[in-house]
Amino acid sequence: MDLAQTPESPPREPETREMLLNVGPAHPAMHGIIRIVTKLDGEQVVDTEVEIGYLHRGFEKMAETVDYNGVIPYTDRLNYVSPLINNMGYCMAVEKLLGISVPERCHYIRVIASEISRITDHLTCVGASAMELGAFSVFLYMIKAREYLWELVEMVTGARLTVSYCRVGGVKADLPGGFDERCRKALQETRKVLAESDALLTHNRIFVDRMSGTGKISSEDAISYGITGPFLRATGVDYDVRKDCPYAVYDRLQFDVPVGTRGDNYDRYLVRMEEMEQSIRIVEQALRDIPPGPFLAHETGRPIPAAEMVDEGKIGNITAIVGARAVTDPTLEGAAKSQHPNIEAGEKRVFLPAKEDTYGNIEGLMQQFKLVMYGHGIRPPKGEVYFPVEGANGELGFYIVSDGTSSPYRVRVRPPCFAIMSALPKLLIGDMMADVTPTFGSVNMIGGELDR
Amino acid sequence: MNDAFLIQAVKDRFTDGVKTSHSYRGDATVLLGREFLLEVARTLKEDPIFQMNFLMDLTAVDFSTFGTKRSPAFFVNSGVAVSPSPEIPDQDPWPGPPGPARFVVVYHFFSLPLKHRLRLEVPVEEADAEVDSLSSLWAGADWLEREVWDMFGIRFRGHQNLKRILMYEGFVGHPLRKDYPVNKRQPLIGPVN
Amino acid sequence: MPGTMAPWSGIEMSGEAGFLTSRLDEAIGWARKFSIFQYPFVTACCGMEYMATACSHYDVDRFGAGLPRFSPRQADVLFVVGTISHKIAPVLKRIYEQMAEPKWVVSFGVCTCTGGFYDNYATVMGIDTIIPVDIYIPGCPPRPEYVLDGLLKLQAKIQTQAASGERPAPESRPEFER
Repeated sequence: MDLAQTPESPPREPETREMLLNVGPAHPAMHGIIRIVTKLDGEQVVDTEVEIGYLHRGFEKMAETVDYNGVIPYTDRLNYVSPLINNMGYCMAVEKLLGISVPERCHYIRVIASEISRITDHLTCVGASAMELGAFSVFLYMIKAREYLWELVEMVTGARLTVSYCRVGGVKADLPGGFDERCRKALQETRKVLAESDALLTHNRIFVDRMSGTGKISSEDAISYGITGPFLRATGVDYDVRKDCPYAVYDRLQFDVPVGTRGDNYDRYLVRMEEMEQSIRIVEQALRDIPPGPFLAHETGRPIPAAEMVDEGKIGNITAIVGARAVTDPTLEGAAKSQHPNIEAGEKRVFLPAKEDTYGNIEGLMQQFKLVMYGHGIRPPKGEVYFPVEGANGELGFYIVSDGTSSPYRVRVRPPCFAIMSALPKLLIGDMMADVTPTFGSVNMIGGELDR
Repeated sequence: MNDAFLIQAVKDRFTDGVKTSHSYRGDATVLLGREFLLEVARTLKEDPIFQMNFLMDLTAVDFSTFGTKRSPAFFVNSGVAVSPSPEIPDQDPWPGPPGPARFVVVYHFFSLPLKHRLRLEVPVEEADAEVDSLSSLWAGADWLEREVWDMFGIRFRGHQNLKRILMYEGFVGHPLRKDYPVNKRQPLIGPVN
Repeated sequence: MPGTMAPWSGIEMSGEAGFLTSRLDEAIGWARKFSIFQYPFVTACCGMEYMATACSHYDVDRFGAGLPRFSPRQADVLFVVGTISHKIAPVLKRIYEQMAEPKWVVSFGVCTCTGGFYDNYATVMGIDTIIPVDIYIPGCPPRPEYVLDGLLKLQAKIQTQAASGERPAPESRPEFER
């Protein structure tokens, strides 16, 4: 190629060709496994094709093989950074199908759990996308805050990540004693971490330059793709399922919904940071307004270790355990008989009895048997129902078809990040190769939800 | 607009298209013949009384084994009277699966300005499993229809790029159909265990 | 120790020279086990617990395993974290083959050990059907304490491998050879 200028011919442009670059499926900047085939003209992305399905685990098919409560562990693993929201969405959908409603305290407990889950989701998303842009300390701070919240979740549910806390017709157990102050302390620490991260990132020249102006999408395009959640709110559309189609006790709680203007990565970051603050506000209000449960200090009955109660019940020595109170391990606390009316809908055909009843009298035993025995269990009426909740990424909807037997006929989860990922080519085309990382980070793709 | 008015409005516009409708548990549902789908969808999107700007979900249900599953539980079908009955009774029961067609493609619409939801169901026979594609109206229908093709084998006329999205090339069959066994593996590498 | 085989030379050493090679093997084992460069092949929920183990609370860096290398050519331990579906299985095998010896594989989470509760058309029922595995860490997801326990077992394995003259890469199960 002769670029020398001669008197006869002007300098020629060098020849270029477009390059096909395959990003993934195993790539450090990809949150989970996804393949983006980009066509590059130099550094600019000209065209992309997104390939998903690398984590398809057959949630919908497995849900048809187990009974209604057995689907709950599968729902945990859908959006695994905010499992309590998925649990709640599924359980509320089945409760809508059954036509039952849970007591108020249970609603408040579910709201508190959901909002804590939402905070952990946003912490993971913002932390991971900050790490990919080089702000490793922010990631460590946010994971530290997430650990505090996970310790709190473990105190209530017994597990850190895959909780299976909600049941059809209620929750597994009431909030343990001392939850109030530990929760407030954890939220205080979270607020500190958010303030630190804000100071480190929001006006950081590098962060702002990399995030603003990249990954833009207009609100008409976002609606056409079916995008909801913080992604949509960053483009300027004010749609939040908690405000527009309220469920549980969200209509009684006061909170703001942050709405952005430009629809680029920076706005999404700001919306998520503000949403975490609003979630903390919701939890504090809920802790203030929650109807009181029975105080454990006012328990009546002679305490007996739970294992002994089970043994006495099995050998038929009912007189020894009538009126006794089972003392369990602190991680199993909250399901005692006195707390039971607060955590379950009163429907005997749906919710398991308290263990004192199971081992203490024949009605409790029959109720347990009819719900747990294979093939029996919760038998909702035939029907179909759709119930949307506000997941961390947008509207998480469960569409359940029941044929009257003990396992669901069809469970469909409407994944919020599926819509966002289908819009990914639109977000990436026109930007540089280096903008793929912050854009993809702000999409908050969770493989378990996308591929189910 | 609440669900009764919504259903009535759809019926008034498309009297021959709408086969049945119900609003079980408050969800307005309309059963539609498949020839009318594109027209109805366009009206729902553009007409000012509906303004359904969101296509929330597009999925399908395979009704081939509905009501035929015999419960494996002891005593359930033996006629022993149990009180209260384990089936929870329904004041306003569901009309049942839509017709004899094997598949039903289910669309969920939502209107942000008017805050109402509508479910459209389009029955599809197995022999001629094809429906019009809505990807010309909503961009999100693209991937959702690819997933229905992948999982059920229902084709969409007018879709530009109908190929598998969750399963891999070389996978034979459509996993969410009721006749596909849940653990029939078709590995690319490794043993079939 | 008389009769030790130096792994690279094939010459049998005896007496004093054998003592030196065995000390050398121990030293190599010690150096290898405390400088683990992991390739985290993260797919699903276990990735969250992997992140938690790697971060400040449970700090895997104190065991020398704190630096993930995102290229298989530069890594020596392949952490397979999260469910492996049949679609990603060929990719996993290729990444394993790209790693240079000595290499070890840790199967993190019950989905990689045996398939977990996803017994269906899409999931590989245990990655040891595709690649050889050294350490299995069950749990759904495993707590960071279990992960650290597994890491300590891996370190014990690494320590003894050089000294015992074993082939650094694990043997694969012949019935699954394809």
